[in-house]
Amino acid sequence: MSRRSVFQNLLKKTVAGAGAAAFAGVLNKTYAQTSSVADVLNYALTLEYLEAEFYNLSLAAPNLIPSAARPYYEQIAKHENAHVALLKSALGSAAVPKPTFDFTAGGAFGNVFTNVDTNYALAQAFEDTGVRAYKGQATNLMSAPAILTVALQIHSVEARHAARIRYIRGQKGWITNADASGLPQAIYSGEENVTQGGVNLVNALGISAARVSEAFDEPLGMSEVFAIAGPFIKSLNR
Amino acid sequence: MEKQQTDPMATVEGLSGKASAALGRRVFMRYIGATAAAGVALSACHSELVDPTATGSARPGDAIDLGDIGSKDVNVLNYAYALEQLEAAFYTQAVMTPYSGITDAERQILTDIRDHEIVHRDLFKAALASAAIPGLTPDFSSINFNSRASVLGTARVFENIGVSAYNGAGQYIRTPDYLVLAGKIVSVEARHASIIATLLEPMSALFAGDQVVFPASGLEEIRNPEEVLAIVRPYVKEFLNGRNGRR
Repeated sequence: MSRRSVFQNLLKKTVAGAGAAAFAGVLNKTYAQTSSVADVLNYALTLEYLEAEFYNLSLAAPNLIPSAARPYYEQIAKHENAHVALLKSALGSAAVPKPTFDFTAGGAFGNVFTNVDTNYALAQAFEDTGVRAYKGQATNLMSAPAILTVALQIHSVEARHAARIRYIRGQKGWITNADASGLPQAIYSGEENVTQGGVNLVNALGISAARVSEAFDEPLGMSEVFAIAGPFIKSLNR
Repeated sequence: MEKQQTDPMATVEGLSGKASAALGRRVFMRYIGATAAAGVALSACHSELVDPTATGSARPGDAIDLGDIGSKDVNVLNYAYALEQLEAAFYTQAVMTPYSGITDAERQILTDIRDHEIVHRDLFKAALASAAIPGLTPDFSSINFNSRASVLGTARVFENIGVSAYNGAGQYIRTPDYLVLAGKIVSVEARHASIIATLLEPMSALFAGDQVVFPASGLEEIRNPEEVLAIVRPYVKEFLNGRNGRR
């Protein structure tokens, strides 16, 4: 079976929702040794470890997440744990271990598991950053179309999460200009961009910068993402 | 990594300089003319971007062939352009004739989304220029614009389709800048899908429900072009045709 037909098969299975294990097996054999793709997947895995643990601890914290919010917190936790499992099995022995996290970021968010507003704020930070992080890696996966597709399939799920969390915080589901809504500005810098394809769309369309900026999410590179996530990572354990 | 922070098509000489100089604020008709010229510059730089068939406006009943979606980038862009045309027309109508009992918050959300879809549509139109498929004629006769359930239910269908279409077509894009651009758009469509579903069922998991995100893998559903076009065909008076992509 050629690599292409393996992937096409795989893609069909992934579409059917039954292919995660097959995907992982083939990916492991084919790409775990390709350092650039494996690096991207390990980077994604690190961020998914962070999100999964955050939601798991949040749901376990007594009297933190109100019952009305639990259905969507549980749904998000389910997805983040599934992303961890998928990436871990894909990478096999090449998978990085789970870091040790400090969700207080050295005390800056000391009440993250006792105050739901702090918790929601961090959830928004992690989700919006996750969207930008996956987007920033898309072109690094073009040589591996099946893996690119899977990354895109995770990317849009993170965007769904982000919008839902933003909504509970009274924010729009989309990002207006570079509005950080009280979160560290680094998470949103660059989101104010209104020039796409070399055309300033505000000038071209006469639509406000706020609306044009909302219409596009902007990517972030690895170093920028680690600058944002770094304070929550106590030790990488490798 | 840092270079991805820059504008995705900024390296396309000619589009940036000529277009932005020529484009006047709030002069929409002039914009359409100016960007046609910009698009010529774009296609000159990307030999893949050749005119497939069509310009101008379509007539109801015409067949519009998007071709093999994966065979060249211009086909992927036209595929996206077709979907964005449909979305923009739908939200324009929804905002123009709001359903009874619409709340201020809902009106704001639908207006925001309308503007986002118009921006997406017009960007693709400008980028494709003379290679663009014609303007489509929507057929929204199956939608009751006076019914909240009908409007939001249709919005949910369109957004879910849009996300699955972009995700499915990403692998066919050959030009990195276009992949980044598609990525910038698809996550906004996913945000729309999430909020529309939240309006329909505020305290449920529907914003990223098991129907659209496979529970076992946490992966969002993808659709190939033939599946997508079959779903949207009833909403367009022309006959939209296209084949699944090949790389």
